[in-house]
Amino acid sequence: MASRARPLSLAAPALAALLLALVAAPLAAVAWRGAGLSLGPADWAAVRFSATQALLSAVFSTLLAIPVARALARRSFPGRGLLITLMGAPFLLPAVVAVLGLLAVFGRSGLINGALTALGLPPVSIFGLHGVVIAHVFLNLPLATRMILQGWLALPAERIRLAQSLGFTPRETFRHLEWPMLREVAPGIALVILVICLTSFAVVLTLGGGPSATTIELAIYQAVRFEFDLSRAAGLAGVQVALGAAAALAAWTMARPAGFGAGLDRKLALTAPGGWRRGLDGLVLLLAAAFLAMPLWAVVLRGLPGLAELPAPVLPAAGRSVLVALVSASLTTVAALVLALAAARRPSPTIEAAATLPLATSGLVLGTGLFLLLRPFVSPMSLALPVTVLVNMALSLPYLYRILLPEARALQADYGRLADSLALRGLARLRWLVLPRLARPLGFGAGIAAALSMGDLGVIALFAGERQATLPLVVQQLTGAYRIEAAASASLVLVALSFALFWACDAGGRRAGA
Amino acid sequence: MRGAAVLELDHLELVQGPFRLTAHWSAGPGERIAVMGPSGSGKSTLLSAIAGFLPPQSGAVRWQGRDLVGLPPGERPVTILFQDQNLFPHLTIAQNLALGLRPDLRLSPDDRARLEQALARVGLAGLGARRPAQLSGGQASRAALARALLRARPILLLDEPFAALGPALRQEMLDLVDQVARETGALVLLVTHDPGDALALGGRTAFIAEGVVQVPVPTTTLMADPPPALRDYLGRK
Amino acid sequence: MQKQLLAAGLLTIALPAMAETPVLTVLTYDSFTSEWGPGPAVEKAFEATCACDLQFVPAGDGAALLARIQLEGAASDADVVLGLDTSLISAAADTQLFAPHGKNPTTNLPVAFADPLFLPFDWGWFAFVHDKTRLPEPPTSFESLAASDLKIVIQDPRSSTPGLGLLLWVKAAQGDRAAEIWKGLADNIVTVTPGWSEAYGLFLEGEADMVLSYTTSPAYHLIAESDDTKAAALFDEGHYMQIEVAGKLAATDQPELADRFLDFMLTEGFQAAIPQTNWMYPAVTPAAGLPEGFDAFRPAKSLLLPPEEAQAARDAALAEWQAALAR
Repeated sequence: MASRARPLSLAAPALAALLLALVAAPLAAVAWRGAGLSLGPADWAAVRFSATQALLSAVFSTLLAIPVARALARRSFPGRGLLITLMGAPFLLPAVVAVLGLLAVFGRSGLINGALTALGLPPVSIFGLHGVVIAHVFLNLPLATRMILQGWLALPAERIRLAQSLGFTPRETFRHLEWPMLREVAPGIALVILVICLTSFAVVLTLGGGPSATTIELAIYQAVRFEFDLSRAAGLAGVQVALGAAAALAAWTMARPAGFGAGLDRKLALTAPGGWRRGLDGLVLLLAAAFLAMPLWAVVLRGLPGLAELPAPVLPAAGRSVLVALVSASLTTVAALVLALAAARRPSPTIEAAATLPLATSGLVLGTGLFLLLRPFVSPMSLALPVTVLVNMALSLPYLYRILLPEARALQADYGRLADSLALRGLARLRWLVLPRLARPLGFGAGIAAALSMGDLGVIALFAGERQATLPLVVQQLTGAYRIEAAASASLVLVALSFALFWACDAGGRRAGA
Repeated sequence: MRGAAVLELDHLELVQGPFRLTAHWSAGPGERIAVMGPSGSGKSTLLSAIAGFLPPQSGAVRWQGRDLVGLPPGERPVTILFQDQNLFPHLTIAQNLALGLRPDLRLSPDDRARLEQALARVGLAGLGARRPAQLSGGQASRAALARALLRARPILLLDEPFAALGPALRQEMLDLVDQVARETGALVLLVTHDPGDALALGGRTAFIAEGVVQVPVPTTTLMADPPPALRDYLGRK
Repeated sequence: MQKQLLAAGLLTIALPAMAETPVLTVLTYDSFTSEWGPGPAVEKAFEATCACDLQFVPAGDGAALLARIQLEGAASDADVVLGLDTSLISAAADTQLFAPHGKNPTTNLPVAFADPLFLPFDWGWFAFVHDKTRLPEPPTSFESLAASDLKIVIQDPRSSTPGLGLLLWVKAAQGDRAAEIWKGLADNIVTVTPGWSEAYGLFLEGEADMVLSYTTSPAYHLIAESDDTKAAALFDEGHYMQIEVAGKLAATDQPELADRFLDFMLTEGFQAAIPQTNWMYPAVTPAAGLPEGFDAFRPAKSLLLPPEEAQAARDAALAEWQAALAR
């Protein structure tokens, strides 16, 4: 059906092609320059470790998010809105800041070990594979929770009413309503987390505890920086993308559209079962809130003392970062919406790959490849900001796409025919159907994209110019110059600005969607 | 067949997985045709094809001699009412109706007047600012019919839109359909499982059996002496 | 931001008009060009004498510099590369991209250093830094460190220059016993970080008793924070050195200006900026002497493998390190 050319059906393949080119072209450029792809036996150990920690991180983040999201979906309590909003915060922390925040809780002189010592118990160490997984869960659990919560809130009231009228027990509600919803939503979430953890660099290395915690990204670093072995770098990056693609394929086959059908937008919450389940929900929420809030609080405390004497370059750098974030987020939102709407019309493995694989690309190879490709034509320095925006778009689009896809699918299933029969197309369809119905996920996703774009840094090192430092770069320069306190404060500014952008988009979306 | 055929199903063959449905007949302007058949026989499939949601495997759907295949749903001379989801829940009733006039909702004062008129015509005067969730089932059906009135397309496809309504309300709706069709001169195709509806609609009935949409015959004739398949369906000995 | 964009735009338009002002492009690491690095002072001082425009292009850290040069090859826009260190010199020379400087300057380095392609601009000793109030009696050798139950943070030799420096330090100090030393250190190492700043941050947060850094690190705390609790542990076997160097690219279109910059590099205008921005020893001690704290921790013995030897030892040392620490 509807196979004739309309702008959307052309835009989506074009965008998908652009994204895939952004994955493939730099890799090819690096491989070409390095005359091939090659891998050594030590590299396979790195591949194994990367895959293991990413898989564990994804599984734990997603599984733990389910009870938290359910408790948030079916309980109402003072501070619920605040807790949901705060859920965005950990995800927005730069890796190094997050690690320091976690150490304030789990570290040698952190809260937990303080308590253990006071009780006369031996201290626990956060360094090792478990530490890496804890950090990744800290960073990704909130995102997973928000995305799953979105799924819960999207259960049509009509279906909930039916469940209530049939006298479903919590177990039956889970089986007939919640499980199908999770089946649709969770694989995609786990996929994104797995892929992002696959390329995680600073967290894994800092908390990994030693050279046995060698990831693919570190091996790529070594290949480029110390051996200038570009073929090995390209080989490793290729393996990383292949792993990402395999994970995408797995998630693609596991996910099943729930097919609940449409409702009339009536407000009806799930029955909140009483008894021990009530206590359990409370406990889950309390633990999650503490797990997320304590490190955040530590970040705030670290940053506060230096706020009064922020170094002068922080302000212009912050302005630059906000600008980059706003431009990146707008482009990402448009691109992700186009892809999600197209995929909702007709499932497409190409779009799925295009919206996943950018996350699996090695930052270093992406940067190096773009540098090799662009340098013959233009001065890399003059491209610093455009390249930043492009890379930010490619790296934050997968999140936004995941957030939008289930709701775009529901939109298409529920109202696609009606809209088609009324010739509701183009801008009118966008304005009167898509935007109002997707306002909530769009706001949330745009907020994520904006905040992510505030923090990114790695890829553009090769394009950095003399006076174009963004806020994350200034933070890095401050730490490099021993100014730990100022760096903590600049990080706090970074986190606060990211969070403010996130909050503004998220709240805006919720208001527009209400 | 009365007058010149306007809607022509020419060796139409529809395929959905293992399911196959054929039709080869035509209908004249302003006709009333009920489509009946056992559950799962393909009543909705036929309407989907005419409305443009399902491209035929072979054959053609013609309107005034022109093949509609390839034309998107919104550009066909068709208004369709589904079993449910005929209104967008996030838009007001007035906006839902306005979509039938101008998809960009930029209404002229003249359009606005027509909209009010249509609302009044179906007994929803003053309810334009409400959302679908604030209406009863009957009111929602009326709103959808009011939009069909505004669109005034020459074919009105009704895919059991009133199935959830009680007998009295359904009769009321069929009267309303009759008025709307009369005003717009539309050819009506009504999917129903109730012979009463078919009789109330008047005109002909196309019965679906074993993957074939039979050529419609006058409903009264059909009901007086039903063929064996219809007899089984109606539960008559 | 807007003003800067505007200025950048105007600059582009105005560029042809002032084309006679030669531009010297110096590729260096990020922290050199940052507001808190030597870059701004050096740029001002050199531009006051050269009638030129000195432009620093930041490119990550020292190792990234070399990778960048290799990526660009002879087509590089850079004239001078500043910030490679002794463990990278050999690989840098192998690229054949650098031109001999033909100079023979006098420096205050504690070891003899003469390289036909590269000139030193600052140097330092690697050392384990600790807090005197918490660790009054630090270990005095790798052996005693390994025997202790002190917790240390080090950097990964594959992604950080201090990390690589430590690898070579253990090799230079212990030779064939290096593997044994690493095995002994394995249970002392809390974690291995990707870079210096993560490790130093962990130390300041109290995650470790000691961190791999420089003998001059305590001077920063003393001068900038009036905090005299930090100290560097002096090891009996001596301390490995890091010498940071600069070299002229053979393909430069400003060979004379590049030469003048290299000359300037060893004068007061450049050297005086080094101690309190880079927190390293300047290659030539400025007239005003060294700031306080710079003489507090001077090792008796300096260790340094010649560049070729360092390069040759690296891969085996890395394998040894990985094997010893892979638990």
